[in-house]
Amino acid sequence: MQVPINTRINQRSYELEVDARTTLLDLLREKLDLKSVHRGCEEGECGACTVLLNGKPVCSCLVLSPQINGAEVLTVEGLMKDGNMHPLMKAFVENYAMQCGYCTPGMVMTSYYLINTWDDFTEEDIRKGLEGNLCRCTGYTNIIRAIREAKKYKDAGYWW
Amino acid sequence: MRNFIGSRSISKISYFCPKSLTEALDFLDNCKENVKILAGGTDVIPAVRSGKLLLIDNINILDIKSIDELKHIVFEEEGLRIGATVTLSEVIESEIVKNNCPLLKKAIDQIGSMQIRNWATIGGNICNASPAADSAVSLLALDASLRLQSKGKSRLVPINEFFVGPGKTKLKSDELLTEIIIPKRNGNSTFIKLGRRNAFTLSLISIAVFVQMKDNVISDIKIALGAVAPTPIRAQNTEKILIGGKITEENLKTAVQTIKEEINPINDVRASSEYRRDMSGELLRKALINLFGI
Repeated sequence: MQVPINTRINQRSYELEVDARTTLLDLLREKLDLKSVHRGCEEGECGACTVLLNGKPVCSCLVLSPQINGAEVLTVEGLMKDGNMHPLMKAFVENYAMQCGYCTPGMVMTSYYLINTWDDFTEEDIRKGLEGNLCRCTGYTNIIRAIREAKKYKDAGYWW
Repeated sequence: MRNFIGSRSISKISYFCPKSLTEALDFLDNCKENVKILAGGTDVIPAVRSGKLLLIDNINILDIKSIDELKHIVFEEEGLRIGATVTLSEVIESEIVKNNCPLLKKAIDQIGSMQIRNWATIGGNICNASPAADSAVSLLALDASLRLQSKGKSRLVPINEFFVGPGKTKLKSDELLTEIIIPKRNGNSTFIKLGRRNAFTLSLISIAVFVQMKDNVISDIKIALGAVAPTPIRAQNTEKILIGGKITEENLKTAVQTIKEEINPINDVRASSEYRRDMSGELLRKALINLFGI
């Protein structure tokens, strides 16, 4: 069944017809070609497909595509500005916060939410905040380092 | 675009997303059996994907997530009332819940991951009827009731009577869980969850205890356990031992022994029956020590 929806994805409005039995992950990857949204476990365990839905991180593999009617979606592509990397992405690069890179887009979206939501945080908070994002290379230390650096960027006004 | 959820193709579905409760109840009244209710879908979608849930051809998916009437959190005479499609994150972040029902907040804080809690609903966690549902365990200890509505009808079912078996509840095919009602009561509470790791884990066992004191003796205590029986359960024999007394070394021992005898845990990939039985006694001991500071 095709369902008509109105939605905003990465600051752009869309009027789409979506198949009700597809997920938001499918819609973003296959229809809109947003390949930063990674297909992982597809059961909400790994967080590789994390996107912000109405400002909050969710696993896009667990959202049916018609459910984003009237909602706002943000992916890593939407963090870019005029072709420039977001300061958070820069912090990830500078701190080698990736090994194979598969979990990185999900990590970036979750950290973006955490940094924007919390005024201040400890390493423990970050670890708890990242509970839903698995890095199979187990490279968490550098990811946490990157998030701390990104927070400094934000405090210095280098942020959007 | 791929017309399937994950790697498993699913049959054609009809999708209906009403904006009002009346529309949803009318729809349920018309379709009856051939309908699957969807809220967050964090249980439904993995179940379809793994083949645990088979959707018949042209099944009607009723998506209740957009119904505004099911999104309230209010505290009034009756107690705390929470709409069925309030997300788990909204429960945790609510000042009303924090001030009036810290036990529920503590239990829900440990469900799934942040991504799951942002999308999953409290009503969904209950209706999925997992024996390990953390929200159900805390709601059992809080003596909550569930409002089930069908077209033109409404009934209240104590959560203690709601679960029938794993994945099975008393919800009829034309009914919708619309809200959870937690009676106003003063007391102390605690929730302990034992998992295989610290975060984002399923309960091997969870325990919730709510206790009321009068003149230094326990006037009422409610003990609920998850993942030790086909449904989340109350340990009523153990409660009987503790009511009317104080916590002493001796009755703590009896309580621990009784709880081990009254549960019926299974062996599964996560833990053995013996382990669950022993640990439920230990969790009870820990919970009571937490509460009474002994």
